[in-house]
Amino acid sequence: MASVAGGTPKARARRAPAVQPFADVRADFPVLQREINGHSLVYLDSAASAQKPRQVIETMERFYSYSYGTVHRGVYELGREATEQFEGARERIASFVGWDPACSIFTRNATEAINLVAYAWGRDNIGAGDEVLITEMEHHSNIVPWQLLCEETGARLRYLSVIDSGELSLDELDEVLAEGRVKLVAVAHVSNVLGTINPVGEIVKRARAAGAVTLVDGAQAVPQMPVDLGAIDADFYAWTGHKALGPATGLLHGRRELLQEMRPFLGGGHMISRVERDHSTWNELPWKFEAGTNAIAEAIGLGAAIDYLARIGMDRVREHERELAAYALERLPEVEGLTLYGPDGADGRGGVVPFTIEGMHPHDIAELCDREAVCVRAGHHCAQPLMRCLGVGATARASFHVYNVREDVDRLVHALGAAREVFEL
Amino acid sequence: MTDALYRDYILDHYKNPRNFGELQPHDLEFHDHNPLCGDELGVHIVVEDGKVAGLRFHGHGCAISQATASITSEELVGMPVEEVSRLGADWVIEQLGIEISPTRRKCALLSLKVMRGATTGDPSWPE
Ligand SMILES: Cc1ncc(COP(=O)(O)O)c(C=O)c1O
Repeated sequence: MASVAGGTPKARARRAPAVQPFADVRADFPVLQREINGHSLVYLDSAASAQKPRQVIETMERFYSYSYGTVHRGVYELGREATEQFEGARERIASFVGWDPACSIFTRNATEAINLVAYAWGRDNIGAGDEVLITEMEHHSNIVPWQLLCEETGARLRYLSVIDSGELSLDELDEVLAEGRVKLVAVAHVSNVLGTINPVGEIVKRARAAGAVTLVDGAQAVPQMPVDLGAIDADFYAWTGHKALGPATGLLHGRRELLQEMRPFLGGGHMISRVERDHSTWNELPWKFEAGTNAIAEAIGLGAAIDYLARIGMDRVREHERELAAYALERLPEVEGLTLYGPDGADGRGGVVPFTIEGMHPHDIAELCDREAVCVRAGHHCAQPLMRCLGVGATARASFHVYNVREDVDRLVHALGAAREVFEL
Repeated sequence: MTDALYRDYILDHYKNPRNFGELQPHDLEFHDHNPLCGDELGVHIVVEDGKVAGLRFHGHGCAISQATASITSEELVGMPVEEVSRLGADWVIEQLGIEISPTRRKCALLSLKVMRGATTGDPSWPE
């Protein structure tokens, strides 16, 4: 696959023809055969981390069993094979989101991808008097790196508010940008708590017009909907493989000019061109930002996960998520005392449904759901500023992926009813 | 139906917590949270003759953390402050009278953590 100059987007993800019905998909996930507490497993925590299809597990096992070697160094056959599979995965992953593979950097996870930008771009481009603009719905990993940066540089960290509909106000964005001090806008593509799908293309456009650099946290977007980085056109886009049916490895996609100008993030082997006693020169993109030995099998495993998702088709994955969210939004209010959070309806939200129940703490909700093998998340979801906006300490959250079906929502509603009985509500 | 974890008395203490609220004025106080779930708990203590003469917990949290605070508060009133500072995790679990899984252990220990914080200044989790 030829690389494209200038970080320009590549054609949209190639779509393999074979389309599987979602019932068949379930057979690909070995974990769904498990029984817990005498009940078949209902996994409703994919927004935290998704389960893996055997295609991913087998790809990694095959690699470790027969082709393992380190990449970019071995002259021998194993090294060549490993490099080919590793770089092949990078190319397919980049193509899946429509970006240049040379500007697609493997990181440990989304958190590291965001930190890479905060350190390697932020330290040289943000100073006292500048502003970094994030939003009240960010995950801690798109808050704390900017807090650290602002503390160090004397810049000011500002938050765009989340309005009652669970959305961001673009008018407020315009007002803040018009003040002329914002150097960076960092925003989630999809909220991991509310599920809100933010208009990131529009936000990027307005930020750029105001002279700000943009970073989009796509950790919740890439796993569950078609993402075209060319159309969004952000300067940086970060996401994480373990929520996309793959292993724990992350990606940072960046604009070539910026990546070229930036100093490296971590120094060490593999990221250099030449090391002298007192200085070094850097390897080409993307390796300049990949110091040390990569998580090779994880990258290859993520390649398999992306192939798997592309085979289903991301439009269908999105439609499936929307349908399940709509069904959950319809059924959950049957539970007495239940409050839903996030945008009205399922059209503007990902497959994420947060809720609380009067008189029962989310921790206890999750504990009692587990009695019926229904896995839901409870807590602040690494979004404590958002929790304060919602006026709660914690929520429970159900989230979906390709392996979930409507019966899973029925099982959740049943478990919540049983939980209310235990609490004598 | 009796539940192994959510026993009647646990739910009773959760729904009708003893010694909850604020205590003004007070001699000792401490406030902390469970970083896993964001639950918060604070305590106000009045000391007389080296003993806990009165205490009030306040904050929000799950049934286990709230019930533990409530149940232990009844034992803590009248206890010498010096003795409070020596209490450990086992004491709390014993007071609770139920088995606590590793995932809920911090919920159960939060109230002792703030009690120890108030009486010794030590903010670490009880062992
Ligand atoms: C919106 C969002 N951003 C960032 C992250 C961080 O991902 P990771 O822990 O893989 O770095 C998550 C998930 O935990 C998330 O939901």
